[in-house]
Amino acid sequence: MTAFTQATADSATMLRRNLRHALRYPSLTIAGMMMPILILLLFVGVFGNALGDGVGGGAKGDYISYVAPGIILMAIASGCLSTSIAICTDMTEGIVDRFRTMAIARSSLLTGHVVGSMIQTVVSTAGVVAVAVAMGYRTHAALLDWLAATGLLVLLMFALTWVAVTLGLIAKNPEGASNSPLIIQFLPFVGSAIVPPESMPAGVRWFAEYQPFTPVNEALRGFLAGTPNGHDTVVSLIWCVGLAVAGYTCSKVLFDRKAPR
Amino acid sequence: MDTEPRQTAIFAKGLRKAFKDKVVLDGIDLDVPRGTIFALLGPNGAGKTTAVRILSTLLRADGGEARIAGCDLVKDADGVRRAIGVTGQYSAVDGLLTGRENLIMVADLHHLGKETARRVADALLERFDLLDAARKQVSTYSGGMRRRLDLAMTLVGDPRIVFLDEPTTGLDPRSRRTMWEIIQGLARGGVTIFLTTQYLEEADRLADRIAVLDGGRLVAEGTSEELKRLVPGGHVRLRFADLAALDAAARTLGVVTRHDDALALQVPSDGGVRSLRALLGRLEDAAVEVEEMSVHTPDLDDVFLALTGRPEKNEKVASK
Repeated sequence: MTAFTQATADSATMLRRNLRHALRYPSLTIAGMMMPILILLLFVGVFGNALGDGVGGGAKGDYISYVAPGIILMAIASGCLSTSIAICTDMTEGIVDRFRTMAIARSSLLTGHVVGSMIQTVVSTAGVVAVAVAMGYRTHAALLDWLAATGLLVLLMFALTWVAVTLGLIAKNPEGASNSPLIIQFLPFVGSAIVPPESMPAGVRWFAEYQPFTPVNEALRGFLAGTPNGHDTVVSLIWCVGLAVAGYTCSKVLFDRKAPR
Repeated sequence: MDTEPRQTAIFAKGLRKAFKDKVVLDGIDLDVPRGTIFALLGPNGAGKTTAVRILSTLLRADGGEARIAGCDLVKDADGVRRAIGVTGQYSAVDGLLTGRENLIMVADLHHLGKETARRVADALLERFDLLDAARKQVSTYSGGMRRRLDLAMTLVGDPRIVFLDEPTTGLDPRSRRTMWEIIQGLARGGVTIFLTTQYLEEADRLADRIAVLDGGRLVAEGTSEELKRLVPGGHVRLRFADLAALDAAARTLGVVTRHDDALALQVPSDGGVRSLRALLGRLEDAAVEVEEMSVHTPDLDDVFLALTGRPEKNEKVASK
């Protein structure tokens, strides 16, 4: 058995384990879905008319087209929570020692978590999109735009999952691991998700314009509106790749330190 | 190592480990022959778990060298891992999976193939008396069941060498007995067992050889018989109804240890029937009534206390 087939087989075993956890304890996945759905209901159903005025629309239908891409990003960011908790739980319990005393591919534990988390996040994001559509969200996107949007979202998901792995490895206990991803979850608020950054006070506005979620949000908005935005897309890709590399590198260093060879 | 015999399963020389400036292991030499049970005995904090973690590739030693099943601990860690199974002090089971799923997961990590994995899992469930709970989530298991599942998971890959870190700590007497039987069964099947324990009875009962670890050093090593020979012989304890009888007996027997508060005398003795009869005969001749008599042969407790340097404290309390 080559190193690669062994790594693949071991990662698949770890993935099966994580998906079984998710199916058996769906509460975290559901919690990750509930926040964006509640915000969608609240901001469109309750504040929709007022906020619609603020973004230059007026009718409720206009505001949902403005806010839906941001809500989709929140769904993806919410996926971080369960990843961090799962990683931290594994690292603080005896099971990781069992894996480490077996001749298995070392990378498989983290790979299994990352792939498992991404599958969970895809499912919860699809649920959020379905709710948005049910509430009247419609796009003018062509198939190609949809594919580009999906590709961007998957890349963001990959990057944020590795960041979440890092946070899970840093946390001393699962309670701690459930706190730090909250920052990521709420970042889209201080961006262009709910209202345009132009409407914010100067300091906050500066932050909102330069934080990673804003270009991703704008790029996604562009694809879904059928009017792709080249500049934001490029900036988004740079952010995603940067976050993925940083998250992966930190995770690897931390994992090797916590579980030396 | 040239000096390492062919039959050696676990070999270590000069293992050292310190956490920051606290020395945990201070030069440990080990030589455990294949197919034997070796017990590392020591009080809490003696370094037992650190020794197991180093020998099972979980922790890197600061100095010294070790070979497990002929594989160097550092240069061929995966070779070591292929030969060993480890059951740590804290259960290494997945509480969200069922017992059967746990075993199949480990079998998959051994790349046994789907059919074999299921067969091995079911056989182990039966062997460890877990068939009824096979499809229940492990989080609902009792402590004894978790420990059995943990060991079953360790045995999935048929390891030649098994490390058990305090395998019976926290178990009720019946579960402990079951665990002992399992361990003895493994040894009969040719598996080398390296276990740590703080229970002398456990080491006495299971181990072919015992090493006493205290303060990071091996303070004694041998069979339990050899270790028992290290402490002075046993004694007979006699209790009397009143101080007058105690005085009379003390006069009759000469040099003995008196415990006036307990109205008791402690007389050196080998515990044999003949010497006991002679002792009682002398007391009877002197017309001294003995209320109660108990015979103490040296056990590992005495050895342990003598070696780990904690007996003085106990004696002070007793003689006060």
